[in-house]
Amino acid sequence: MARAVTTQKKIMWTALAWAFGLLMFFPILWTFLTSFKTEAAAIADPPVWFLFDWTTENYAAVQQRSNYPLALMNSIIIAVGSTILGILLAVPAAWAMAFVPGKRTKDVLLWMLSTKMLPAVGVLYPLVLLAKWLGVMDSRILLIVVLMLINLPIIVWMLYTYFREIPGEILEASRMDGASLKSEILYVLTPMAVPGIASTVLLNIILAWNEAFWTILLTTVDAAPLTKFIAGFSAPEGLFYAKLSAASMLAIAPILIMGWFSQKQLVRGLTFGAVK
Amino acid sequence: MGNINLKQVTKSFGDVQVIPPLDLEINEGEFVVFVGPSGCGKSTLLRLIAGLEDTTSGHIQIDGTDATSLPPAKRGLAMVFQSYALYPHMTVRKNIAFPMKMAGLDQATQDAKIEAAAKALNLTDYLDRRPGQLSGGQRQRVAIGRAIVREPAAFLFDEPLSNLDAALRVGMRLEISELHEKLKTTMIYVTHDQVEAMTMADKIVVLQAGVIEQVGSPLELYHEPRNKFVAGFIGSPKMNQIDGPEAQKHGATTIGIRPEHMTVSKTEGLWKGTVGVAEHLGSDTFIHVHETGLMDMMTVRITGDIEARHGDTIYLSPQMDQLHRFDAQGLRIA
Repeated sequence: MARAVTTQKKIMWTALAWAFGLLMFFPILWTFLTSFKTEAAAIADPPVWFLFDWTTENYAAVQQRSNYPLALMNSIIIAVGSTILGILLAVPAAWAMAFVPGKRTKDVLLWMLSTKMLPAVGVLYPLVLLAKWLGVMDSRILLIVVLMLINLPIIVWMLYTYFREIPGEILEASRMDGASLKSEILYVLTPMAVPGIASTVLLNIILAWNEAFWTILLTTVDAAPLTKFIAGFSAPEGLFYAKLSAASMLAIAPILIMGWFSQKQLVRGLTFGAVK
Repeated sequence: MGNINLKQVTKSFGDVQVIPPLDLEINEGEFVVFVGPSGCGKSTLLRLIAGLEDTTSGHIQIDGTDATSLPPAKRGLAMVFQSYALYPHMTVRKNIAFPMKMAGLDQATQDAKIEAAAKALNLTDYLDRRPGQLSGGQRQRVAIGRAIVREPAAFLFDEPLSNLDAALRVGMRLEISELHEKLKTTMIYVTHDQVEAMTMADKIVVLQAGVIEQVGSPLELYHEPRNKFVAGFIGSPKMNQIDGPEAQKHGATTIGIRPEHMTVSKTEGLWKGTVGVAEHLGSDTFIHVHETGLMDMMTVRITGDIEARHGDTIYLSPQMDQLHRFDAQGLRIA
């Protein structure tokens, strides 16, 4: 039964939703505004909103002081690389757990997720030592592998939930039709799971893009992605809010634009297959 | 091609044995129907033959070679599923082509076979549509087309008509029977619908709790059911089964009489009762009779129409030569 909603109520809820949305968006808006202010205007008290002298000098300064293209390239390679590697490993794992579950499948899934509860810093030392011993500190490959491992539980979980929605009879039909395991996964399962895989890829790229702990600790210059790039502006010489804001805008812009264009897929991804 | 032999095949899920040791021989070109109530193991048996489930013990031979441990793809069988199980992301053409693509057939052969199958199944106009744009009957035809092009040693059907509406079901039933006449390939068909079993089968396998109760032609099962279960399961409406003194008169623990093997009179007859419900089908009338003192409710089937109202007294007389007798174990007394 449709509930009667008065116009008044509708207006109230709409206003509330907008207010909440703006509240969530405010930090990004403020960063955006600050990035166009002079350092003096950035720390002005009371704060100025829109009526200040708009300047792009911060962006120029940021470009001069550090290598934005390199950081951007590193971010892209690390985020995309770790995602592709993760998907390649997670598809067979999720297939096995979804379609040929064993007695311990549920336990394995929970255990995988429980590793996300471990404080990352707990494995910092072993990881750094290992990386040094292998001679891969400050390399893209190290970050690709580490971020892949960090996000693998989530990728497997997401794919597992999507795969579970695919009727097993269709895979059985492909087996009857003479498909090998490889053909079954390649021609039947994967195409049917494309929406799910796309959501997983998007979410994972964002997670990898935003990951700051490992990317900052395991890189110095060569493999430093945008997180390190921002961190570089927040330190020793005191706080330069305007430049920090400009750097932040540069760092989040690519992912923000990607997110904007893939909203629908993302929502599906974030609800973890809950919508059927 | 198309001999299937099951020798002492068993299947257990954990500690539960769903198929106790079972032997079955299916001959080349036969249309065999597995029938039984839900949960009787008929689908499991089909899946064992298909290779979608592993046997717990025993052997399955297909055309003389041991197929027990072969994967489904290597057994040379084709299966049509209840849910159709079409590939939703492929067009009808690609669905039908899939098994040939897996077999590595060249494009020209594939195209020729697709055209032939589509023509035979009235799918020519739908080849470029996706399964989602087809009706239930069309989807089922695509599933059959996908099976035909494989030229299998045997077709396996797992309740293929259950998802269709009644009218369509009758049509598809005929189509599958005609397909069998034309191809002469072995077909194994699972259903819980005894009308499908009776109308389509050369040989019916009646299953209960994983055990084969009887194997035989439809009319063998109808006229000479081996036990009370088969007697009750084959035939519609169900056979009336009477225990007690009335059965003892005939030297049996239970006697059975089919609804169509009784005559009805308003004045005289062997058994007296009152009319409960009369169902008029036009061609036939089913009368459900209470208070016979023999069993809860007796059903009688009269050809044509007859006037019978609730509460009327009615007399029933069985045709004595059509009486079935069963012993204390429920087995037929010859």
